[in-house]
Amino acid sequence: MKRRQMLTTARLLAVGMVASLMIGCSSEPAATPAPAADTKAVEFTGDPIKVGVLHSLSGTMAISETTLKDTILMMIEEQNKKGGLLGRKLEAVVVDPASDWPKFAEKASQLLEVDKVAVVFGCWTSVSRKSVLPVFEKNNGLLFYPVQYEGEESSKNVIYTGAAPNQQAIPAVDYLMELGTKRWVLEGTDYVYPRTTNKILEAYLLSKGVAKADISINYTPFGHSDWQTRVAEIKKFGAAGKKTAVVSTINGDANVPFYKELGNQKVSAEDIPVVAFSVGEEELSGLDTAPLVGHLAAWNYFQSVSDPANTEFINKWKAFIKNPKRTTNDPMEAHYIGFNLWAKAVEKAGTVDVEKVIEALPGLETPNLTGGTAKMLANHHITKPVLIGEVRADGQFDVVKNIPSVPGDAWSDFLPASKNIDADWVDLKCGNYDKTTKKCSGQNYK
Amino acid sequence: MRQLRQDNQEVFRTELQVTPLLRKGAQWLPFVLLLALLGVLPLNAQSQDEAFLATIGELRSAEFNAKEMIVERLTQAGHSSTRAVLMAFLEDRLFYRKDDTKVVIVKTTEGNPPELELIDPVSLKAAGSLAADQLTKIGTNNGLRRFIRTTVARFGLGNPDPSVRLDAVGDMMKSLDENTVAMLRERAAVETDGAVKKAIGAGIALYSLDSADAEEKLKSINTLRGSLSSDVRNRLALFLEKSPDGAFVEPDARVRDAAQVVITRIDRWRTFYSGIETLFFGLSLGSVLVLVAIGLAITFGVMGVINMAHGELMMIGAYTTYVVQTQMPNSIGLSILVSIPVAFLVTALAGIIIERTIIRFLYGRPLETLLATFGLSLILQQVVRSIFSALNREVKTPDFMSGTLQFNEALSLTYNRLYIVVFTLVVFAILLAVLKRTRLGLDIRAVAQNRAMARAMGIRSEWVDAMTFGLGSGIAGVAGVALSQLTNVGPNLGQSYIIDSFMVVVFGGVGNLWGALVGGMSMGIVNKLLEPYSGAVLAKILVLVFLILFIQRRPRGLFPQTGRSAENS
Repeated sequence: MKRRQMLTTARLLAVGMVASLMIGCSSEPAATPAPAADTKAVEFTGDPIKVGVLHSLSGTMAISETTLKDTILMMIEEQNKKGGLLGRKLEAVVVDPASDWPKFAEKASQLLEVDKVAVVFGCWTSVSRKSVLPVFEKNNGLLFYPVQYEGEESSKNVIYTGAAPNQQAIPAVDYLMELGTKRWVLEGTDYVYPRTTNKILEAYLLSKGVAKADISINYTPFGHSDWQTRVAEIKKFGAAGKKTAVVSTINGDANVPFYKELGNQKVSAEDIPVVAFSVGEEELSGLDTAPLVGHLAAWNYFQSVSDPANTEFINKWKAFIKNPKRTTNDPMEAHYIGFNLWAKAVEKAGTVDVEKVIEALPGLETPNLTGGTAKMLANHHITKPVLIGEVRADGQFDVVKNIPSVPGDAWSDFLPASKNIDADWVDLKCGNYDKTTKKCSGQNYK
Repeated sequence: MRQLRQDNQEVFRTELQVTPLLRKGAQWLPFVLLLALLGVLPLNAQSQDEAFLATIGELRSAEFNAKEMIVERLTQAGHSSTRAVLMAFLEDRLFYRKDDTKVVIVKTTEGNPPELELIDPVSLKAAGSLAADQLTKIGTNNGLRRFIRTTVARFGLGNPDPSVRLDAVGDMMKSLDENTVAMLRERAAVETDGAVKKAIGAGIALYSLDSADAEEKLKSINTLRGSLSSDVRNRLALFLEKSPDGAFVEPDARVRDAAQVVITRIDRWRTFYSGIETLFFGLSLGSVLVLVAIGLAITFGVMGVINMAHGELMMIGAYTTYVVQTQMPNSIGLSILVSIPVAFLVTALAGIIIERTIIRFLYGRPLETLLATFGLSLILQQVVRSIFSALNREVKTPDFMSGTLQFNEALSLTYNRLYIVVFTLVVFAILLAVLKRTRLGLDIRAVAQNRAMARAMGIRSEWVDAMTFGLGSGIAGVAGVALSQLTNVGPNLGQSYIIDSFMVVVFGGVGNLWGALVGGMSMGIVNKLLEPYSGAVLAKILVLVFLILFIQRRPRGLFPQTGRSAENS
């Protein structure tokens, strides 16, 4: 009797577990974003246009990517209020790749082959982008990628609305040089984005006459939480009598213990400033900002920038998410720009056909949220202002330097392997064109 | 920062004593002229105020570099409100009104109040209040703040509090020039506090190293003999450098030798202290490992239950800390102490519920227990995500846990790590006492050794199982409180520690608390000894490889169980 009871319970449990796993992975058809009231006001014709949203809603990256899913849902709601696109209603198809890189490819092919979406907004980490790239190229899909990344890539099927290294890393280093920094610690998490960025930065610093002994490069594992040794070493490195700065490509969760340790070991921003490329308003909202005040971040957007378009966006966002404390951040702005560019391209092309939309995109312009204009370039990147901000006590940033309108460069000019490579999808129709041999390698990504 | 704020409040209370400090500033040529002007012309206070206001007005639109010059001019002019204005500037409290562009000081911006209380920058008297959006902040950046801080430090030299004076000297050391050294010399003559006097002496000596006179240099090197500061070392190292033609930069061999002696000494001591520091890092990493593992040492080691949700119990402990802290936002320090028993109770209860509803049906079937608890861990994570959102939560560090315990210029240990080492040892001692000295502990050990016999002796083994699991889970919750001070409080907190804790338990020897302690500590120390040479990624791999080899040789860990209970397990 007892044994049978146990068996039943165990079976129930097993079912429960499987179910819970399924919740994490299933593709949920998104709750229709447009409320009924709006659909009454606007008359839609024809089938709805399907918009794919490929962001992790569970797992480690959920912290960053959930916000981007909501941003796109908000943009779709806005667009539907304005009458949709080409008279058709927009409909979101949300899938959850659960921070698992192979699953990104799986979910991408589901979006393209089963759901037949017109466009996909998605991905955060470079690994996930690299994992979906072949899928998009095979199915001739269209992906808008909203996060700053390491460059060295240009695909026909991807629009990079985040910053390339020359729109974030290089200007940040320039700013620190202006302040007289002579010694550099390049501190990163051990994966592709920090490694490539640091390679570019090292080449750049060496070209600017910085001695090799004055550059220290170090990597730590994902989610590294014991920073005692590293911070002590940075302190030692910085005690050599030259002004030292840390360029941080530390990813996500590892930042909090890093800054805490900096604060505890009394490394102040005035002595050794840390400039980060992955720490934004959203990340700061989850930590005690007191030890961070004065440290830097380089982005193309800050919530604190005072501009009417930005204020409107922030208010809409807070209303949409129903939380007045939520922050906005750089990748959200990239999605805002990306969505508007796509909508313009669709209107210009008069169709959602990927081939025609890709053709219509280059040259289009749309206002960004910091008072400038984002222009779509032939290499599938956009122009962005570079803003360098210092962390304030309230978790927002004070802009200390503003470089307006920098065009994104897909292939870095500072790496020997890529300095002769060009990407041009208008005239050359090639993402990997060697200017010296005048050949297109045919390979769009490495 | 806190120091500065207090410091600043003093400014509002006490009238500023600028004149004696500036007396020595006569070496400044422009200042001399200004003084002369002041002496010759009966310039009244009012026009001085106007000039002061005009100068700070320039701050509104200037570039950062230009702002530095303006700050320099302000200090030279020596208006009595200079320090208060500079302190406000340093702390981002200097604003100008949007309507008439008049510069004002804001009393506090803490908590982002909609109405800001204003202070007149000239008279330092209250000047009403204004809505926050009617004011524009005059911005600073790191470089400028550093500059202002060293400038303001000059004013701190006359402060009655020796610790403020010491900080002031420290700040001034960052940019020594003729004027600051003159101020230091003047202060040295009247200084009574030993530590401050020593710091001033070091500052003056460091500056005198630049003098052309060899005797002067030797004297300064002699003064700096006992120093461990890296500034001193860097400066002395310059004496030993060679110019491109091969000749020494410093011509006098005696100076070079003296410098070499001091450098060797500094290097030796710094190596020694950094060894101690590494050891401490290892101990503190080790104690975190021990803390996350001892709960598991009970559930896994004593009961033999593979609980994959152990990490999530720690996460619940960390979230409990967060919730407790939101309930008592005004006493952060106390909230941490309150969190410890609360987290213990919450997670112990959660543990008992898990044991009663799931694990008790799966005793003796490790694979199913593993799968069920793994599923449970995913469920718990998602529950937390639904309640608290996927974003990390902010747990504040209490004041007594931030900062460092400074032994000397080369060695300082961080308080939060020190507390966690102590905390781990206390938790360990309590747990040991519970197991060895209480009735519950006796029951637990009896059931672990021989269930049938224990039952025959009248022990309610099911109740003991529940209590044991509750105890192990409670300890996990307490570990969560400690982790909330070190890392992110988010849904993934548990995942990042679960593997480490299993490693410690297996390494130490299943079923042995002492094994967990020694195992955790030694893994921490080995990891930290390797890290400077191999980097964090490789250090972790090396420790893992070592562990695999070790388990191959000694499958039962460091402290294998002996006797009858070992045969059963």
